[in-house]
Amino acid sequence: MKAGVARFWREIPQRYNFIGNKCGTCERVFFPPRESCPYCRRKSIGNMKEIKLAGKGEVVTYTVIHVGPEDFEEQTPYPIAIIKLEEGPQITAQIVDCPLDEVKIGLKVESTFRKIQQDGHTGAIYYGYKFKKQRQ
Amino acid sequence: MRDVAVIGVGLTKFGELWDKSFRQLIAEAGSKAILNAKIEGKDIDALYVGSMSSGRFVDQEHIGALVAEVSGFSQLHIPATRVEGACASGGLAVREGYLSIASGMNDIVVVGGVEKMNDVGGSEATEILATASDQEWEAFFGATFPGIYAMIATRHMYEYGTTKEQLAQVAVKNHANGVNNPYAQYQSLISLESVLKATTVAYPLGLMDCSPVSDGAASLVLCAAEKAKKYTDKPVKIIGSGQASDTLALHGRRDICTLDATVHAAKRAYKQANLTPKNIDFAEVHDCFTIAEICAIEDLGFVEKGKGGKAIDNKITTLDGSLPVNTSGGLKAKGHPVGATGVAQIVELTMQLRGEAGKRQVKDAKIGLAHNVGGSGATCVIHIMEAM
Repeated sequence: MKAGVARFWREIPQRYNFIGNKCGTCERVFFPPRESCPYCRRKSIGNMKEIKLAGKGEVVTYTVIHVGPEDFEEQTPYPIAIIKLEEGPQITAQIVDCPLDEVKIGLKVESTFRKIQQDGHTGAIYYGYKFKKQRQ
Repeated sequence: MRDVAVIGVGLTKFGELWDKSFRQLIAEAGSKAILNAKIEGKDIDALYVGSMSSGRFVDQEHIGALVAEVSGFSQLHIPATRVEGACASGGLAVREGYLSIASGMNDIVVVGGVEKMNDVGGSEATEILATASDQEWEAFFGATFPGIYAMIATRHMYEYGTTKEQLAQVAVKNHANGVNNPYAQYQSLISLESVLKATTVAYPLGLMDCSPVSDGAASLVLCAAEKAKKYTDKPVKIIGSGQASDTLALHGRRDICTLDATVHAAKRAYKQANLTPKNIDFAEVHDCFTIAEICAIEDLGFVEKGKGGKAIDNKITTLDGSLPVNTSGGLKAKGHPVGATGVAQIVELTMQLRGEAGKRQVKDAKIGLAHNVGGSGATCVIHIMEAM
């Protein structure tokens, strides 16, 4: 990805701190935050409130990437999952610190702050969330 | 709304075409379609061309005008527009051409689709294709495009008991059809074992579950149906056109295993054609990965949700089955030059409905459906066609 640093800097509240938002009308939670609620549409405009998510959830589906993009080649094979967060939204993230054969649908996971990738040109390091098994 | 018919088609060979440029490919497909329709440059009211990422594959944007130029129309100053919707770019270009004639604005329109993917390396091609997914919230975290479809497959296997063998059978079937298509990238049979033993790309999908990286172009001439018989004895009418959108990211969808964009586009196309899935004789569906064909036959209403794998076992979708799917070889065997794919599907429907499909001809083909998807299901465009 050859993009300016601002593109990544803008996403820091979401990727570092799990800031999503909530529709004041129907109470649905969104992550990443949306400008308006797709269910309430105009009734939600100006009525979306920031909310910090707990970063805990459950694996809905997963894959193990064997052929990765250049920036991720060293990490292959690595699992990627769709996780349903406790507050409702679903997100895509890497599962770490977990043997491949233990990654399963239904696995309870929690977020952990990690390096995601590094820009080969500027050397900028991009951080964000990955997920690991929830502590019992 | 006026009725619209296809009066001419043109295709290049699909494959790794090292000796052909982006410009040569689209010019070749376009001239074939124009000659096939027996029209002249001065008959053309407008041109629409679909391409997913000419900017990243060959460093060239602004290809609407370029395609008009390389097709020899620079002195005619024909309105020329490029249409983009990732892997559905071609289907969207067909729909734009269709709408412009149906509206009464144009009488004859040339539609093209093109992608030249092999001028960049394999990993760069993968990266470019991933721009069809959500860059900020999927690709950034290491999800690849095959990985996203693999997550649909994992969930489909979990919920409905779909097996890797059933996925593999889709590839085996589409290669068997590709054998009879002289334009296909792969014209060779493959065995179930070879698909199952292929190197894993993204579990549970192996290399042979994936469509290839391809160069190629396709073109059509569309005409107001009332004037079509002036040019050809065998016009093929578009009787339904439906399009729908959904979230870019798979994780934002109502259901991981259902492409709601397909469901809604299909509903609109069936309604316009006044048909149900039972009336469809054969279909070209968007099998960018084997799991995608299984989801497609479910979401199009050919079989119940979750029964797609079983339908493959029961050989419903083979060339001599009750509903042949991807008679051209599909994206898997025919090849998938992304911008060309949606246009090439309409070329296949037209050839079948004219009775010109040779060894892969579907017996008594009356009504065909084409299903073209962008990304992992954020865009879908569907056309239903019937011989006039």
